[in-house]
Amino acid sequence: MNFDYSDEQIMLRDSVDRYGAEQWAAANRLKMLEEGPEAAVRRWAQMAEMGWLMLPIGEDQGGLGGSAVDVMAIAEGFGRHLILDPWVTSCVLVPALLRGGGDAAGDVAAAIAAGEARAAAALIESDGGYDLAHVATRADGNILSGAKLHVEDGADADWFVVSARTGGSVDEDGGISLFLVPRGAEGLEISRYRALDHHRHARLTLNGVRGVPIGQADAALPVIEAGVDRAICAHLAEATGSMETAAAVTLEYLKTRKQFGVAIGTFQALQHKMVDMTIACEEARAMTYHATLHLGAAPAERRRAVAAGKTRVADCGVHVGQDAIQLHGGVGFSDELIVSHHFKRQLMIDQAHGPRAHHRARFSAAR
Amino acid sequence: MNLDFDASDLAFRDEVREFFHDAIPATWRLRVQAGLRLDPPELVRYQKLLYDRGWAAPTWPVEYGGTGWTPTQQYIFWTEAADAGAPPQFHQGLELIGPIIFTYGTAEQKARYLPGILTCDDWWCQGYSEPGAGSDLAALRTRAERDGDDYVVNGQKMWTSYAQVASHVFLLVRTSVEPKRQQGISLLLAEMGRPGMRVQKIPTMDEKYHTNELFLDDVRVPAANLVGEEGKGWGYGKVLLDRERMVTASTAIFLMQTVRGIRDAARRRTVRGVPVAETPDFAAALAQFEIEVIALQAMVLRLMADAASGADSGPRGSMVKLRWSALYQRGMLLWLEALGPEMTHFRPEGAADPVLDMPYAMQGMLYSRVTSIYGGSSEIQHDIIARRALGL
Repeated sequence: MNFDYSDEQIMLRDSVDRYGAEQWAAANRLKMLEEGPEAAVRRWAQMAEMGWLMLPIGEDQGGLGGSAVDVMAIAEGFGRHLILDPWVTSCVLVPALLRGGGDAAGDVAAAIAAGEARAAAALIESDGGYDLAHVATRADGNILSGAKLHVEDGADADWFVVSARTGGSVDEDGGISLFLVPRGAEGLEISRYRALDHHRHARLTLNGVRGVPIGQADAALPVIEAGVDRAICAHLAEATGSMETAAAVTLEYLKTRKQFGVAIGTFQALQHKMVDMTIACEEARAMTYHATLHLGAAPAERRRAVAAGKTRVADCGVHVGQDAIQLHGGVGFSDELIVSHHFKRQLMIDQAHGPRAHHRARFSAAR
Repeated sequence: MNLDFDASDLAFRDEVREFFHDAIPATWRLRVQAGLRLDPPELVRYQKLLYDRGWAAPTWPVEYGGTGWTPTQQYIFWTEAADAGAPPQFHQGLELIGPIIFTYGTAEQKARYLPGILTCDDWWCQGYSEPGAGSDLAALRTRAERDGDDYVVNGQKMWTSYAQVASHVFLLVRTSVEPKRQQGISLLLAEMGRPGMRVQKIPTMDEKYHTNELFLDDVRVPAANLVGEEGKGWGYGKVLLDRERMVTASTAIFLMQTVRGIRDAARRRTVRGVPVAETPDFAAALAQFEIEVIALQAMVLRLMADAASGADSGPRGSMVKLRWSALYQRGMLLWLEALGPEMTHFRPEGAADPVLDMPYAMQGMLYSRVTSIYGGSSEIQHDIIARRALGL
């Protein structure tokens, strides 16, 4: 039993912190958010150069085969500095779905690892909540028809991994298969949306789109679930890094901001709120470890641990985000300070791959 | 980073599991799940069971009769104990005064008192709080004046739990008046039942007999029973702060038993054929509770890992205490909700059948209220964390 990062993982974590401090300084954030797609392409190339893109991707896929804890070491820095780029989706989630998926899947994974492509996963549909088994999109042969409701980080994806039904009825576990669809595929309509944390998502309509089947037909659900759980754990680390920064910034403010002639951190009401935020950060970090270190467990055990982590880290993150704003007072509400940006990211991480209520139910069902 | 146990830890786990197999009477189960203390004779029996196995003091060093276990072994022991439905060991001798005696006591004091703590032949109670000294313990006024080979103690202690059965008491007393209130306080060990001592029950809202007032009128305590130096007693509590993380860790691990108690109750009662545990509202509330208990345990695991590597965990012990008491309180309310209309049937009258889980579920809920008050109230814990961890 050990909760320490290895030396290599500490180097990874530090490299993200150095990059974050240089590129994503809080004071520059509003300017960064104004920048367009060219800047995103430039940042992506920098990350490719540092090896972050290939790190989570399997060695058999052209990556470095990084472990879940390696991913955590990077992702928490993404949270601390609120690095916007869709690394979790493109480099953690999608490669897990492509693993063992055949030649086309291997090519896309290798392209992601090399920084030549970005990809996203189109998994959920309207009327299905967040249930990954609710797939109404049909595949007739390799021709896909249907609609995907929310594609996390899908706005700039070059490739989509799409779940579609090759057998069974809408909510059945079996009969789901995965297909690769390029951005420019005929019959594919992409609607793009910016979220309030400036991640950019998509909605897909597939009108007879030709996809490339990947992996074993009819049996994709366990692969999808495992891949999404892996992405969730990366998000938990990101959320933990983000809330720890929000708490640290708030603590600093309590020590420097004066009202009534004294530092506001001398007031007990504020101290106790600050303590509760600190405990929330502790819980979140512990739960991130708990979930991440169970990623390799048997599916039911993994599901329970990840669902529990997802539920509790979101509780903690939203709480810390809200109170970071509250303790800053009026300036906490301004766009200029970083705390509201952390709060927004916490809200969005809660949503990604299903919010608390969904995972609480999933936890119950996994018993 | 990993959650793995090594081969020797796994062997130890099997040994502990084997020991607990069938060791815990079924009659203890509900009360332990409800977080209630067993009756003193039962706690003595449990302590002797452990003593006979050589496991009387899981957190003590070997030289004083402890197990000398690593933090990982302690974690394994408590996890297996909790799985088997075992109660927490009674802590006032084992965790409160014992470590002070083996850290600051004389050779004679160690020889006289430590064995009786291990066997539970001596039952210790804590004479700290007073009517005017609760959270502000340094305001204590009980005086001890030196008279020949004795101290003569006068004053009143309050919330002296189990004084009604205790054989000994450890007392914080004022031996001199100093400019700083924390100075001039001494720690004395005394036998109960000495002339001038009077124990008076404080009835509590859970209708259980826990606690007392202890009146001290010209009570003579041998000066040889002073622990450490006169006037330095306040500082000796510090040794407990460092150990606190291990003790709170065990309570957090035992909380999983409460989850089981709630779930059993919620599965037993049905509404229109559906177990309460499967109704959406209750299932969500129970899942949320269990998730938070898991989060607390995950925090505890990190504490354990810190302890194992000798790292300072700062005030994480306070954090665990805060979260544990809040969760225990919430869990007990959930348990009562699971019982439905019969949660009101606290005690049967006449020939009426007792209601399942009663009175323990209700007593547990009521008792849970004091857990955020004793041992440093939740507000005091917040103050401690603000000061020690945050520098506020």
